[in-house]
Amino acid sequence: MTEHDIEIAVNGTEHELTVDSRTLLVHALRDELGYTGTNIGCESSTCGACTVHLDGDAVKSCTLLAVQADGSEVGTVEGLADDGSYAPIQEGFQKEHGLQCGYCTPGMMLAANDLLERNPDPDEEEIREAIEGNLCRCTGYQNIVNAVEFAADEMAEVAADGSGEPAGSD
Amino acid sequence: MGIETITSDELDVESVLGSAVERREDPALITGEAEYTDDIQRPNMAHMAVLRSQYGHARIDGIDTSAAEEMDGVIGVYTADDLDVPGEIPVGWLLDSLRTPVHPLLAGDVARYQGDGIAVVVAEERSIAGDARDAIEVEYERLDAVTDPKEAVEDGAPVVHDDLEDNTAFDWEIGDADETDDAFANAAHTAEVDLTNQRLIPNAMEPRATVAEYKPGTEELEVHLTSQNPHLHRQLMSGVLDVPEHKLHIVAPDVGGGFGSKIHHYPDEALACWCAMETGRPVKWTATRTETYLTDAHGRDHVSHAELAMDEEGTITGMRVKTYAGMGAYLSTFAPAVPTYLYGTLLSGQYDIPAIHCNVVGAFTNGAPVDAYRGAGRPEALYLVERIITLGAREMGMDPAEFRRQNFVPEDDFPHQTPVAVEYDSGNYEPALDKALEAVGYDDLRERQAELREEGRYLGIGLSSYIEACGLAPSELAGQLGAQAGLWESGLVRVHPTGKVTAFCGTSGHGQGHETTYAQIVSDELGIPYDDIEIVEGDTDEIPQGMGTYGSRSAAVGGSALATSSQKVVEKAKKIAAHQLEASEEDIEFSNGEFSVAGAPERSMHIQDVAAQSYLAHDMPEGIEPGLEETSFYDPDNFVFPFGTHIAVVEVDPETGEIEFENYVAVDDVGPQINPKIVEGQVHGGVAQGIGQALYEGAEYDSNGTLVTGSMQDYVVPKAEHIPRMETDSTVTPSPHNPLGVKGVGEAGTIAAPQAVVNAVTDALQPFGIDHIDMPLTNERVWRAVNDAPSAEDGGSEAVADGGERAEDEPSGSDEGGEN
Repeated sequence: MTEHDIEIAVNGTEHELTVDSRTLLVHALRDELGYTGTNIGCESSTCGACTVHLDGDAVKSCTLLAVQADGSEVGTVEGLADDGSYAPIQEGFQKEHGLQCGYCTPGMMLAANDLLERNPDPDEEEIREAIEGNLCRCTGYQNIVNAVEFAADEMAEVAADGSGEPAGSD
Repeated sequence: MGIETITSDELDVESVLGSAVERREDPALITGEAEYTDDIQRPNMAHMAVLRSQYGHARIDGIDTSAAEEMDGVIGVYTADDLDVPGEIPVGWLLDSLRTPVHPLLAGDVARYQGDGIAVVVAEERSIAGDARDAIEVEYERLDAVTDPKEAVEDGAPVVHDDLEDNTAFDWEIGDADETDDAFANAAHTAEVDLTNQRLIPNAMEPRATVAEYKPGTEELEVHLTSQNPHLHRQLMSGVLDVPEHKLHIVAPDVGGGFGSKIHHYPDEALACWCAMETGRPVKWTATRTETYLTDAHGRDHVSHAELAMDEEGTITGMRVKTYAGMGAYLSTFAPAVPTYLYGTLLSGQYDIPAIHCNVVGAFTNGAPVDAYRGAGRPEALYLVERIITLGAREMGMDPAEFRRQNFVPEDDFPHQTPVAVEYDSGNYEPALDKALEAVGYDDLRERQAELREEGRYLGIGLSSYIEACGLAPSELAGQLGAQAGLWESGLVRVHPTGKVTAFCGTSGHGQGHETTYAQIVSDELGIPYDDIEIVEGDTDEIPQGMGTYGSRSAAVGGSALATSSQKVVEKAKKIAAHQLEASEEDIEFSNGEFSVAGAPERSMHIQDVAAQSYLAHDMPEGIEPGLEETSFYDPDNFVFPFGTHIAVVEVDPETGEIEFENYVAVDDVGPQINPKIVEGQVHGGVAQGIGQALYEGAEYDSNGTLVTGSMQDYVVPKAEHIPRMETDSTVTPSPHNPLGVKGVGEAGTIAAPQAVVNAVTDALQPFGIDHIDMPLTNERVWRAVNDAPSAEDGGSEAVADGGERAEDEPSGSDEGGEN
């Protein structure tokens, strides 16, 4: 097996590591670097539990080779909270009971953040469409949709008052 | 609509029970801190991979492991011949005359389903273990397979176990056959239906996993496991591995959903433990999604014929059911209980039916073992009941809501003894039905349905008035029915000297929010602030005994155990407080954590101060030991019986078979709600799984026993766009059997939803004379049903133009009333 030296920045921290050609990004993140917040559900890009951000876009890390991420910025669930305060999407999931077992939640939140970046004010149909690559077996999705709507509102308020502090945050 | 959560700061002691406080589980889960089994690393850890049969039924003529053994990084390769443990997966529920073929950890001579384990590899890396597994060569001789439970017990079917030629695991009955025959002989009207309740795959998002570590110094085996019931796993694995229970430490860390699939003891778990003992290395095994499809215990798999007898007025006089239940190739842990005592005992539904008889034949097939999956037996029962009730109403030409109302067990008839063994604890069925009807605007909907039919549009309204049995108990009864374990629950409440509390429960949550709801219960009972209470579950060293989480038993049984222990704590604290306040115990009042002397409220002590005094123990009443902690083993008097009515409103396009939801209303009565937001979430999730069964999901084997729905690409786990927005509401009828009055909600939605949807779709298609379509109601099945319908020969649109007239040879029931 050929090995490769790669560099990736995870949540802003630079990492240098050596991986096999076939090592998947999710395994590099979980097993090599210890970012176990990203979960593996299907290894076929279907369930979305492994969704991370690669240079800002949501991708399925279970079907992406680690070498393909060489030189990239990767965002995982561990990087969502900032200085102990939750990101709006995290707050939304908690407030709206958008999770039960929590296994799909990191991927779901990262997919939702990608949507909100592209479309800050999505309607319900757009949210459901945007998370169709992320399966949840617990919640029936309704409270996930509500959580994303909550985050959108929260981010809109922050943008409006320009303070940089999420409004209504505890 | 929707319930707003509050933070724990906004809770006060008086309203902690019944408040929608945010879940305390969530911070770890939304930040990535949660630790699932596959997240666990151990120094020097090795990885296990399982070679599984690629065929549904095959004789194994030879296994060549040499290439695998020679690979760099391979530590060991093992087959059935290498295992030196008692090595048989036990059956945890025995029926009279049950036949229990040996279920080995690895198949030796014959593989009986696709996915049956044949060999295991232990290697330095996960990827190497996989490579080595793929390098093992197996010489198979393929055998004929059978996968349909009804065909399996017919003469000449391929035989799954050589010594059980009729493939019959059991032939079980409940109810009175003669009385039921009489009811049918004297019936004015009858309805009947043939239906299947298809095989399902649980699909918890987290695949099953095990990390096993053997410590030779202490001879302790520590196992982290995706488990819904670590104590039950300990009990079963102790026997399989020949390791005493006190040396087996089982931990269920964060568990990513179960839905029943993580109750059972699978060979893989024992194999990982055996490999850890054999190699002296910590061993991790994590299933791939493909493995979960092949080997997680599947659910349902019934083929049934049901009949309903009614008198002139449409009052039900009898019900007769014959069911063939697929058990798969082996009997999984609770498998025999599911299509028998969890199924036949609920066939009375919400109805007062004088005579019921049910016969169930359990059939071995060349499929994955079938066991409890969300609802377990109860969804199968209620699907059948609510389908035949709907057809009964149609036969009578009655509105399906009124037919239900007429036959409900009346409000003043509780406790209600059914003819199928169980006694319903409490119930009041009409208010839930009325609320649901009002929420959908039933009368207006029926009018609109008629108008739309004139336009060639097909609206359907489907009712499901369900009941379920939760909190299975008491242990004595469970034992009489065949359970090989008690069904009590243990709870320990420890008040620390600081007045903070750690409470331990033998249940094991995996997404239900136990840490939150249990803390609410303990806080309410002790009057100690919610934030001062910590809940511990899922670790057999922390909690010596327990039975786990399944069958919606946690609140009713586990919650009651914690409530009982809390009450014992209060009793003891009261004695100490009385002594310290120099009053007699009878004069001490307890409210919101405060002990005070009656008539002299200024003489008072908070229970948290009593705790401090109990550990100082400088001034204790005579005969009272220091410390403040109590344990109880709570064994309920009876099951609890939640109920409700769900209504689905759909529009069906007969040209394409597409089904679109217009509305879904769920009115559930689960007794008092400890945390309404969590209840709402459980209902949403349950309904989604029920809709999944109704419209999308189904495990299909071909005639060779090959699972053709072996991945998420072939088996439709519903996505966000497949599940409609739901409206939830409730009524509250407490159970008289437990100190909290609670009933259970985890499975309600899954039990209620399938027939709500199928009743709605067949209601929509009444103009075509379609009374039944087997699940899943895929577009293709609906389209075919429309095209094959008797009235379709003349063209569907004509049938509509005729006002819904149906062909006269329609097998079940006439179409009087037409709009039901």
